[in-house]
Amino acid sequence: MSVLTTNYLTPTGREEAWRFTPLKRLRGLHDGSASVDLRHSLITKAALPSGVTFLRENLVPLAASDDVIIERIRGEASETAHLAIAADIEISEPIFLTRSNGSMDSAELSRVRISLGTHAKATVIVENIGETLLAEDLEISLSAGSSLSFVSLQEFDAKTVYTARHHAVVDKDASFRSINVTVGGDVVRILPTVEFTAPGASAELLGVYFATAGQFFEHRMHVDHAVPNAKSRVNYKGALAGKDAHTVWIGDVLIRAVAEGTDTYELNRNLLLSDGARADSVPNLEIETGEIVGAGHASTTGRFDDEQLFYLMSRGISLDNARRLVVRGFFSEIINEIGNEEVQERLMSRIDNELEKAGA
Amino acid sequence: MSVLEIRGLQVSVDTENGSVDILKGVDLTIKSGETHAIMGPNGSGKSTLAYSIAGHPKYTINGGSVTLDGADVLAMSVDERAKAGLFLAMQYPVEVPGVSVSNFLRTAATALRGEAPKLRTWVAEVKEAMEALNMDPSFATRNVNEGFSGGEKKRHEIMQLELLKPKMAILDETDSGLDVDALRIVSEGVNRAKANNDLGVLLITHYTRILKYIKPDFVHVFANGHIVEEGGPDLADKLEANGYADYVSK
Repeated sequence: MSVLTTNYLTPTGREEAWRFTPLKRLRGLHDGSASVDLRHSLITKAALPSGVTFLRENLVPLAASDDVIIERIRGEASETAHLAIAADIEISEPIFLTRSNGSMDSAELSRVRISLGTHAKATVIVENIGETLLAEDLEISLSAGSSLSFVSLQEFDAKTVYTARHHAVVDKDASFRSINVTVGGDVVRILPTVEFTAPGASAELLGVYFATAGQFFEHRMHVDHAVPNAKSRVNYKGALAGKDAHTVWIGDVLIRAVAEGTDTYELNRNLLLSDGARADSVPNLEIETGEIVGAGHASTTGRFDDEQLFYLMSRGISLDNARRLVVRGFFSEIINEIGNEEVQERLMSRIDNELEKAGA
Repeated sequence: MSVLEIRGLQVSVDTENGSVDILKGVDLTIKSGETHAIMGPNGSGKSTLAYSIAGHPKYTINGGSVTLDGADVLAMSVDERAKAGLFLAMQYPVEVPGVSVSNFLRTAATALRGEAPKLRTWVAEVKEAMEALNMDPSFATRNVNEGFSGGEKKRHEIMQLELLKPKMAILDETDSGLDVDALRIVSEGVNRAKANNDLGVLLITHYTRILKYIKPDFVHVFANGHIVEEGGPDLADKLEANGYADYVSK
């Protein structure tokens, strides 16, 4: 074990990027006071198909980061867990990664890389489970013409603190889709970020989150349109129930002057299921050229629709079951995109349980 | 034999300009197998009567009673009213995103029957109900009322009426927005439910044309929040000829 000593600029909470985050609950991940354990929690769940490898390597970061925790990880962790999918390989079944040996006594600083060779196609599902203090620098590289569906499931136990950047670099005509599902943990802060390096690239960032009493979940996207003719879509849906449940969704989309022909739309919807919960939703579109296909955003936060509940109850369905149906329906648009029935049903059951626990 | 009894029902609704009285003492008794048509001009309170009986939270009951076989309907929650045997076919059925018709129907049937219907017989039951109403099988996988045409929404309501088998059904302007063919199909569904389940029907409508398909035993003229005239089927013919002008000015 070692203690972080490098002097990075420790956030105070006044910075734009940190203004919503409860720094005191990060257990020293942000200011270097956490003791660090050299554990590697990310493991494969089953034998890998041919053309796929999962090895610890010394890799140079794909992209710079201005996030202080990412800088700390890069300063400390030498090895990167690398899931590599060879060129021209199409894998129909999802590749599952999961977590082992978590701990709250010390922090894991994790570096992960997922890379796809040209024209490779795969679905990767990461099951983030257990009780752990974990900061992660996860980078995804999509070579030209490749296609990845990256599913990150935050099904952590109650005490877990997870801060991460999931950064995708998307090359020519490659298509990247991420689905973030955050339903567990004390503090979860994820930066799903995308940069396009050549025209014809596309990214779809989907997510759902459900925070109950005391939980803090933050999803802070950044999509950088720095090349012409790339497409991005963002759709995050959240529900909150219980005292001091707090979610933050930030959607930063930057269309640079060179990015003519950009097509982007971002959407965030929140369902407040009880009093005392707070959903922050900040779409932020910065446009430096007018020569685009489209750019837009929408954000809504509302409560249960009385008309929907009345309609369901008028058919004999109890209030609790009506609420469960409405919440399941709200999330199903995104959950059903995961494309694995077992995982989808597990998540829906977890959402049912959260709802029941919250008594909303 | 069931009896739905409405006595002196007074209902108001809260608006931006304060509370407004809509129903001003409604008396009506409906027995199993009977069809009562309630006809009246727009804004007379017909839909308020329907929604008040079903228990919509928007309406405040200020007086009177509603009982089904002696049980106090007004004291029941919305789902309890359905379990007691009441059904409201809505004029504007509500969209429920992400909830499929098949999931919705099965959840409702489970709630009303006290146990989940056996899968094999249930699938056959739903298929039969859909075919009887000329509905495409793909309907079952669509989200409840989402993107439905006006006619599809009404067929979906009547399909529920046939599947859920209530004792008393209130049909709130089920004929509105239907073309002649759809009106006939939907009416046949109501008549089947009447024949199969000895259903009592409260048929709320603005126009007489649905009464050619669903024959009323009684016709009530509704104006200004209460019933102003009652009669047999011939009263509908009189309304067809003279309109509501006589009653509105009263």
